[in-house]
Amino acid sequence: METLLEQIESGKLWQFPGGIHPPEQKTLSNQQPIARLPLPDKLILPLKQHIGANGSLLVNSGDHVLKGQALTAPGTNWSLPIHAPTSGTIEAIKPMPSAHPSALPELSIILRPDGEDKWTPLNPISDISTLDNKQLIDIIHQAGIAGMGGAGFPTYVKADSPKPIEFLVVNGIECEPYITADDRLMRERAKEIIAGVEVLQGILKPQKVLFGIEDNKPEAIAAITAAAQHNQDILVRSVPTKYPSGGEKQLVKLLTSKEVPSAGIPADIGVLVQNVGTLFAIWQAIFEGKPLIERVVTVTGNTIGQPSNVWALLGTEIKHLLDSQGFTPVEAQRVVMGGPMMGFTLPSVRIPVVKTTNCILAPDNQELAIPGDEKACIRCSACADACPQSLLPQQLQWFAKGKEYQKLEEYNLFDCIECGACSYVCPSEIPLVQYYRVAKADIREQKLEQVKAERAKERFEARKERLEREQEERQNKHKRRSAGAAPKAADKEKVQEALSRVKDKQSDKSTVQAAIARAKAKRGENGELEPDNSAIAEERAKRKAQARKYKEEKTDQPESTDKKDAVAAAIARAKAKKAAAQASPESEPAATDDKKAAVAAAIAQAKAKKAAAEDTAEPEANAAPSDKKAAVAAAIARAKAKKAAKKAEEAGESTVEQAEAAPTESAEEDPRKAAVAAAIARAKAKKAAKEAEEAGASVSEQAEAAPTESAEEDPRKAAVAAAIARAKAKKAAKEAEEAGASVSEQAEAASTESADEDPRKAAVAAAIAKAKAKKAAKEAEEAGASVSEQTEAASTESADEDPRKAAVAAAIARAKAKKAAKEAEEAGASVSEQAEAAPTASAEEDPRKAAVAAAIARAKAKKAAKEAQEAGESVSEQGEETNEPTAGSETDSSRTEQGAEGTSEQQQALSPEARKKAAVKAAIARAKAKKQAKEQEGNEPS
Amino acid sequence: MTLLYALLALGALALIFGIVLGYAAVKYRVESNPIVEQIDAILPQTQCGQCGYPGCRPYAEAIANGDDVNKCPPGGEATVKKLADLMGVEAKPLAGGEDAEPVKKVAYIREDECIGCTKCIQACPVDAIVGATRQMHTVLIDECTGCDLCVEPCPVDCIDMIPVAQTKQTWKWQLDAIPVTQID
Repeated sequence: METLLEQIESGKLWQFPGGIHPPEQKTLSNQQPIARLPLPDKLILPLKQHIGANGSLLVNSGDHVLKGQALTAPGTNWSLPIHAPTSGTIEAIKPMPSAHPSALPELSIILRPDGEDKWTPLNPISDISTLDNKQLIDIIHQAGIAGMGGAGFPTYVKADSPKPIEFLVVNGIECEPYITADDRLMRERAKEIIAGVEVLQGILKPQKVLFGIEDNKPEAIAAITAAAQHNQDILVRSVPTKYPSGGEKQLVKLLTSKEVPSAGIPADIGVLVQNVGTLFAIWQAIFEGKPLIERVVTVTGNTIGQPSNVWALLGTEIKHLLDSQGFTPVEAQRVVMGGPMMGFTLPSVRIPVVKTTNCILAPDNQELAIPGDEKACIRCSACADACPQSLLPQQLQWFAKGKEYQKLEEYNLFDCIECGACSYVCPSEIPLVQYYRVAKADIREQKLEQVKAERAKERFEARKERLEREQEERQNKHKRRSAGAAPKAADKEKVQEALSRVKDKQSDKSTVQAAIARAKAKRGENGELEPDNSAIAEERAKRKAQARKYKEEKTDQPESTDKKDAVAAAIARAKAKKAAAQASPESEPAATDDKKAAVAAAIAQAKAKKAAAEDTAEPEANAAPSDKKAAVAAAIARAKAKKAAKKAEEAGESTVEQAEAAPTESAEEDPRKAAVAAAIARAKAKKAAKEAEEAGASVSEQAEAAPTESAEEDPRKAAVAAAIARAKAKKAAKEAEEAGASVSEQAEAASTESADEDPRKAAVAAAIAKAKAKKAAKEAEEAGASVSEQTEAASTESADEDPRKAAVAAAIARAKAKKAAKEAEEAGASVSEQAEAAPTASAEEDPRKAAVAAAIARAKAKKAAKEAQEAGESVSEQGEETNEPTAGSETDSSRTEQGAEGTSEQQQALSPEARKKAAVKAAIARAKAKKQAKEQEGNEPS
Repeated sequence: MTLLYALLALGALALIFGIVLGYAAVKYRVESNPIVEQIDAILPQTQCGQCGYPGCRPYAEAIANGDDVNKCPPGGEATVKKLADLMGVEAKPLAGGEDAEPVKKVAYIREDECIGCTKCIQACPVDAIVGATRQMHTVLIDECTGCDLCVEPCPVDCIDMIPVAQTKQTWKWQLDAIPVTQID
């Protein structure tokens, strides 16, 4: 039994299955020597002319390049450089139709030859023994050599085979009809080809080199045999003519009896196949130093005047090749790139010659018939007989038509070499190969998509995981923070202290204010008419001055208070109007002062009333006057919050004494905000008026004035306000207790009263309470710092410092108000009759409800933030609602987020954001709880 | 007595098989419904939610529980067919009746119009959009599944869904195409 090597050496050839014998048509073009073409006037050089990636550009449009100069630099991924085929100027670098059946544009360098054909300096090697393999492979790489048989696989990759190569097979078969490029090259450049073979021999060290040439090229066989005589390892084999012997797998089988495994390459079985054109290019690259810039192209077909082989510069347009060989197109002329079996019809002749272009076939309609209509498969199995890969073309065709891709793969579609033998023999003219090509493309695409889907899934799952993790972390953080917040009793103590201190100060004033309030209340009872708004507006300056005076002196003038109330209301309204009209802030500094004073007056009055009420325990006393005041106060409080949010740093200026200035400023600075606030204030006023009517208590001219402005509002809101006031009162009471002053009772009484009789007052109280809360928070920080003389001042400060806090407080207050409103409904008449009833009820029901309400309010604030842009529209809506979104919009996004999160987490959930806020809220809640029943003190919403 | 033997024998057999089956049930227990995995593998994983479920896996679970297989527009007819094969049901035309083969698209952000709101980033189910607050965003085209979910949240409408450009790698022979040649 001979070994394989012995068998090969003895000249044995093997058979591959199938194969066909189409008319050869080679004599058309193989009679003339390879011709040189005139220089074309334009060269189009696609960056990518092979399998792999393209190199990176080295030249720019407008550059002058020399022949052989590299135009791209190879990178990774099997990239090859391209070189200038002649000297000239780079005209453009843009996508041009590519040498592909689709002719899809591909980035190309357009070179305008200068006609000089001047070479760049070359570096030929005379003795390759001075170079090691790596250097040789690098030369092959830098010369841009790709397989010139048709596939265009980078030669340097093949030459650098990591697997041991047993046999180097040189492919001189050229089995396709018409093509004679390799034939002519072997005849004319046999020595150079053998030299190229020896270079690869040196690199790969194969046992034998098998040079396969079909027996229809006797001249080539003779030339190569003569050239290879000196080298005993090169065995020239004449193989019988049969298509497709030139197929890599077929040739390997033919010469070595080995079969390339499915989806494998010849290197897997120790064989390497190289085309003769590639070997010639290797010789050129090493011994002449010339990169791959031209190749032999067969230009043939019956429409070509002088069919022959030509040396075509890469990038030459097909049109130039055809024209220079005497092209006379026929009707419906087709131009095929490649051979008749495996080539493709070009969509245009403006396509360049690339490294893999071996033939341009321009047949007339007789020699290459236009395919007829596909007929039904008759199951003759001729295709299966012809298939060189032993596939079942007929089966594959069914599956391809039915898009049964899985079946196609089972039937080894990917082993199909697309030789076209099956289509050639098919009596029904079924374009089998076309079906396979489509199916292959579809399967490749599906696989690609599968891979993409896998990746998308991975990424999706990674994202989901990440989001869950983040959520968990956030929750953990909340838990930690809230846990940490709980023991901050000391902080709360401080807050309480601060609050009580404020209360103390207020109570000092309260005696005076009480008197005022009493007087006012009396007048309200008397039903004195209040001057109408326009009159007030006219006399604004004067009254403002009065108001200021009143504030400073804090003396008698009981009669003036009602005027002041009116003034304040008017001012608030005027301010709003002015702001809405976008009056410039610098317009009236005096007016600002006035307003300030008025506002301050209003606030002071509100307080005074409260205090008075406390003193005298006259529940229904000050209903009338406080109506507008309430509105003003509410507006102020809200404006403050907004302003603070917007202009925290500016607000820093507004000092403790000039607390009122803050709202004024804010109103001026942000007219819209002011307008909103005004709208809210008005709404409240209306509401209050309505409430007053219902209550039947002092429904005075003021109350009437209020409703005139617009339609009635929800009376419940008043009740709400009352509830808030009560809550505050409770807190105050608590603080007062702590302070040991008698103020507590008063405060409580006052709040109760205000809630009872005058919802407007309640609104005021709410505003104040809010401010207080803020202040308290502030004070908790500064502890020993001089507390503001006036509650408003403090609130302003706190608002200044922490706008967000203010917003929060507002939200809380509102939430509470809602709850109270709810209860008020339930309570019904008792609200109007007994102030105590409603708050007590609310307090009794559950402090947690307040927390829930707060959460709701926060959620609302969040929503409002979302609608911040539309806030302008919402201004025209209900005062309450407007207020909420606005306040919400002031809060920053983090606040908003927190609001969303904290919905279920109640006050303490907020504390991570700002301890102070939490403290304030806690204080409020506690106050309520305490007021309701001391035993609930420990029952803080947490 | 014979009867007793027969009963004993049958009882013993029943016991043995019972033990074997019980052991097998524990030993070869399948953790999750494998059909869901198979369905999920067929779905295109765009996570676009066009089926009405929040992602491909929920839809896979729904199919396993008997939902229609024709609710996946990105998958097209091919996916419907595969799912129908897998589930042993009749392949129905795509729900919604739109053209069978959807054009593959990817999101493209007109970058000079992007305001950097990050809303699209939050919407992207596969993290294929990069960017930061007030910084321009951009789409990683290779990772984009063309699910459309980022288009809606964009406040300035600067996201387009553009068809993926055809390359030589994705190009397919058109068997039924009328050959068009450029006359030159």
